[in-house]
Amino acid sequence: MEKKTKVNAEDGKQDLMITREFDLPLELLFKACSDKDLVEQWMSNPYTTTKLLKFDAKKHGSYELQSSDAYGNVVFKANGAIHEFIPGRKITRTFEMENAPFGVQLEIYEFEQLTEDTSRLNMHVIYESAALRDQVLKVPFAQGIGMAHDRMQEIVGKLK
Amino acid sequence: MDLRRDVFQAIADPTRRAILLLVATQSMTAGAIAANFNTARPTVSKHLSILTECQLLEQEQNGREIYYHLNPDKMKEIADFIEPFRKMWEDRFDKLETIMKQYKTKK
Repeated sequence: MEKKTKVNAEDGKQDLMITREFDLPLELLFKACSDKDLVEQWMSNPYTTTKLLKFDAKKHGSYELQSSDAYGNVVFKANGAIHEFIPGRKITRTFEMENAPFGVQLEIYEFEQLTEDTSRLNMHVIYESAALRDQVLKVPFAQGIGMAHDRMQEIVGKLK
Repeated sequence: MDLRRDVFQAIADPTRRAILLLVATQSMTAGAIAANFNTARPTVSKHLSILTECQLLEQEQNGREIYYHLNPDKMKEIADFIEPFRKMWEDRFDKLETIMKQYKTKK
């Protein structure tokens, strides 16, 4: 089966592109990325629950998210500012993990309508340096398939 | 902590990447590899031992000479290092799609 989500990370560059086509109309795809409850749902998985402590989805707004494990321990925190918010088209925001040495990243989400019932999301992520990008990319690799962001905290703890 | 060298640390160095390219098509001795660089022979030896330690290179004894060649399995591992990151996003997006399909029918 063809992989639906593509990650294009060219060697030596400080950015990457994540592309995904959805079997959803553009309107619903954008809603999933701009509605607090919906974002919390798809950012959570069987191991971690993600909560948005703050989610002001508008131009010059900001957000704060927190993930907890099954025992309620906070394993991951991140926040950022929303630079641009154009419904149905574009979200530009920063993303920074708290207590992690990965720096801040700039994320540009572009929403595209393909047909009436399908749409595409292009996420352009720019890191502070090529080395930092590769570090972030390697975290799930180092921890093995299936582990998500929440595990970063653990690794970061070991690096200190 | 695991003291073994990290393959990514190994390929972060431009000389080591150049060595991998050199031996990609043929087995070579340390001397033949070193002849391609302006750096001192011991420096090249050090690079070779790092690459061997993390299994990117394999040694092969041929008479009195030791030949180095690429370990394709380990190289494949590097090519695939983005896969878990991709999978993490794929899982999230799959979930997003499922949730929104239910959302649509609920409406």
